[in-house]
Amino acid sequence: MAREDFSDATYLLEVHHPMMAKAARPGQFVIVMSHEHGERIPLTIADYDREDGTITLVIQAVGKSTREMQQSCTVGTSLYGMVGPMGMPSPLGQASKVLCVGGGLGVAPIYPQARGFKENGAYVIAVIGFRTNSLVFWQEKFESCCDEVIVCTDDGSAGIEGRVTEGMKLAISRHADIDECVAIGPPVMMRGAAEVTRPYGIKTMVSLNPVMIDGTGMCGGCRVKVGDQVKFACVDGPDFDGHQVDFDDLMARLGRFSVEEKAAMKRWSESCRMAQQVPETGKPTE
Amino acid sequence: MARKKTIRTIPQERTPVAEQDPGERVKNFAEVSHGYSTEEALLESERCLMCPEQPCVAGCPVSVNIPDFIQRLSDKDYRGAYDVITATNLLPAVCGRVCPQETQCEGVCTVGDTLEPVAVGRLERFIGDMAITAGWASIPYIEPSPFRVGIVGAGPAGMACAADMAKAGCEVTVFEAFHESGGVLRYGIPDFRLPNEVIDAEMGNLEKLGVNFECNTLVGRLFTIEQMIDELGFDTVFIGTGAGYPSMLGVPGDSLNGVLSANELLTRCNLMHAKEFPDYDTPMPPAKRVAVVGAGNTAMDAMRVCLRLGADEVYCVYRRSRAEAPARAEEVHHAEQEGVRFKWLTNPVEVLDDGEGGVGGIRCVQMELGEPDDSGRRRPIPVAGSEHDIDIDLVVVAIGTNANPIIGQTSRLALNKWGYIETDEQLATSMPGVFAGGDIVTGAATVIEAMGAGRKAARRMKHYLGIHDVDTPYFVEGAETLFGIDLRERNFVRVRVPESSV
Repeated sequence: MAREDFSDATYLLEVHHPMMAKAARPGQFVIVMSHEHGERIPLTIADYDREDGTITLVIQAVGKSTREMQQSCTVGTSLYGMVGPMGMPSPLGQASKVLCVGGGLGVAPIYPQARGFKENGAYVIAVIGFRTNSLVFWQEKFESCCDEVIVCTDDGSAGIEGRVTEGMKLAISRHADIDECVAIGPPVMMRGAAEVTRPYGIKTMVSLNPVMIDGTGMCGGCRVKVGDQVKFACVDGPDFDGHQVDFDDLMARLGRFSVEEKAAMKRWSESCRMAQQVPETGKPTE
Repeated sequence: MARKKTIRTIPQERTPVAEQDPGERVKNFAEVSHGYSTEEALLESERCLMCPEQPCVAGCPVSVNIPDFIQRLSDKDYRGAYDVITATNLLPAVCGRVCPQETQCEGVCTVGDTLEPVAVGRLERFIGDMAITAGWASIPYIEPSPFRVGIVGAGPAGMACAADMAKAGCEVTVFEAFHESGGVLRYGIPDFRLPNEVIDAEMGNLEKLGVNFECNTLVGRLFTIEQMIDELGFDTVFIGTGAGYPSMLGVPGDSLNGVLSANELLTRCNLMHAKEFPDYDTPMPPAKRVAVVGAGNTAMDAMRVCLRLGADEVYCVYRRSRAEAPARAEEVHHAEQEGVRFKWLTNPVEVLDDGEGGVGGIRCVQMELGEPDDSGRRRPIPVAGSEHDIDIDLVVVAIGTNANPIIGQTSRLALNKWGYIETDEQLATSMPGVFAGGDIVTGAATVIEAMGAGRKAARRMKHYLGIHDVDTPYFVEGAETLFGIDLRERNFVRVRVPESSV
C-alpha cells in the first residue's frame, strides 16, 4: 500500500490488488474493511493501474472509520478486506463532447471517467471544484487527459471563484454542443450540477454513494429513488440520471445513522486522546 | 434387535428438549434450545420403528439414511451414526437446527401417522454436536483427479457442492463476496438459532477435505463466469449465489429511514456484529417499537433479534393467517413465547412519517381469506374501511427476495423472466460446464433444499468431467441402455482424461 496526503482530512491510498486493477472500470467502487471489527465502507475507485496492479482510493476522514484508517493505513500495511470492483461501470458511450464535473472528493473518481471518455475519442472538459487553493489536487492529471480544465474554488484562490456550477455555466456558454455531463461529488453539488444542465437538456449522470453494507444487492440499505422507481445503488448503479434522482430522499437517507456516527466519533476521539495519539497528517510518503 | 418394535411398544411421547426460559433468553443471543442429552437422545431413538418404507429418507432433500443413523445411535455407536449422516450431509449440526423437518423427514414419518413423529432433527443435531465436541470429521480416502472446480458463493448450496467435488478428488475453490464464508448461515440466521461456533466447526470439515475458500471475491465483477472457464482454468463452475435482492413494500413511505429489509437488519446484527456496537463499528437502527412485515423464517428471526436488541414491542404483520405462515412451526412458537404480538390477516398500506424522515407508525388494513390463488393458499382480500394505525418506529420488511442481478449482468447465462438462472432438470445452465443451484435458480427456499441442489449439481458435474461416480450411476431418463451399455451399471464412464498431471 502506498499513500499520499492531500490535506489534513483527505488522503490517497494505493492498494496492491492486480486482479482488481485488471477488472476495474470507471464508475465502479470497492468496499473496504480496515480491521475485523470494522464497518464495510464503500469507496469509489479513483484510479487504477493495470501494469502496477494497483487501485487508488481517495478518502476523506469524516467519521470514525475513515479517521481510523487515516492513522492505521500507512505504507506497507494491508487492509483486512477489500472487495470489488462493484457496481455497473459507467457507460462511456458515444458522446463526442463531455463535461466531467468533480466537486471536492468527487474530483478523484471523475478522473477515470474523464480519461475513459478521452480514450473513446470525446472532447473532454473537466470542471473541478475545491474549497480553497490548498485543497486542489490532481490538476495536472486532468490537464494531461482533458481538452479543457476549469478549476473552481469557493474563495477564488485558484481558478475561477465560485462553485462548480459556475464553471459548468462557463463551459456551457463556450460550447453549445456538449452532449453529456458526468458529475460526482457531495449530493448538494450533484443536485446543483443537474439543475445547471436541466434547461439545456444535457444528459447528466451522477454517482451516488448511499449507506451500504454488502454492496452486492443483498441488503437494500442503499436504495435510492430514481424517477418513480426504487433502485439499489450497489448493483443498479452507482451511476444514475441526475435529472431523475430524488436528492432529498438521498440526503435524508445519508443521515440515517448520524446519531450513532457522532457517538462513535466522540467515543473514538476520547479514546485517542486518552491514548495520547496525535493523528499524523500532511506527510506524503510517495 | 430382540423384538420387533410396534407403534404400541415404543415410547409414546416425543422426548421434549430443554430450552432457555423465554423471559431470560430475550435478553441474550445464546442458543434457545439446549439440545438433547445422551439419555434423551437414546430415549427418542427408541421411537423409530425402523419401518421398511423409510419415507423419511425420501423426504430428506439430501437423502440422509435416517433409520440407519438412528439405529446406530440407539446402539450407542455414535461415531457410526455420524458417519452415516455425513456420507450425504456434511453439516448435521447446522441442518439439525435449521431444517424445516416438519415438512420433510418428520412430516412423512410413519410414527407421525399415529403419534408425534420421531424428532429426527433433534437427533441429528445431537450427533452433530457430539462430533464437534469430539472433533470428529469424516474424511474418506480421496483419489485425486486432475480437475479444478470453481464454486461461486460459500452458502449452503456451494458448500454441499464443494464437499462432493472435493470427495471426488477435484481441486475445489469457493469464492465468497463477503469477508466470511457461510452465506445465509452466517449473515442471516442469528446466533440464538445457529451459533457461529457450529458453522465454524462444520465449515472446518470442508477445509479438511481440501476445499479452498477465497473471501472478498465478487464473482461477476472481479472476474466473470466466462473468465473462470476460459482464463482461470476451472474445468467446471457451480453458481450458488442465492437470491438476495430484497423486495421492499412498494407502499408510500417505503424509503423512510426507519424502513429496512430483514436482510439488512440480520446482516448488521449477525455478520457485522452490530449487537456488539460500539465494540464493532457497524451500528443498528434504534428501535423501541417494531413491525416486521412477513411471517417466514427470516421474519421470525428479525422479530426475535429486535427483542434481544431491546425493543419493547414487536409486531408481526402478515396478510394471511397463521395456517399459511411459511415459517417453521417451532420458530412461530418460539417467537410467540418471547412476546411477539402477531397481527394475522393484516396488510400494511402506508408507512407514516414522524416528521423527521423517520417512521412514526404503520397504517394497515384488515384482510380476509378468499378463493385459493396460484400458490394454493387462500388469497387475502382487504376488508373495506378497516384501516388502522400501529404506533411503531421501525419497519422490517421480510416479504421475500428477488433474483440477485450481478451474475446476470456480467455473463451470457440464460435467465428466466424473473432473472433467476435458467437450468435443465439436472441443474446445467445454458453455458457448457457451468451449473447452478439453490435460491439463484429456484427463488428463496431453505438451507437444506439449497444443499440438495448443490449435491445434485455435483453429480452432474462429475459426469460432465467424466469422473467415475460410484454413488450415482449415470442415468438418462427414459434411456435404459446406451450403445448396448446398461447405464445403471456402475462402470460407465464417458470420458477418461489422462491422469499424467496428477
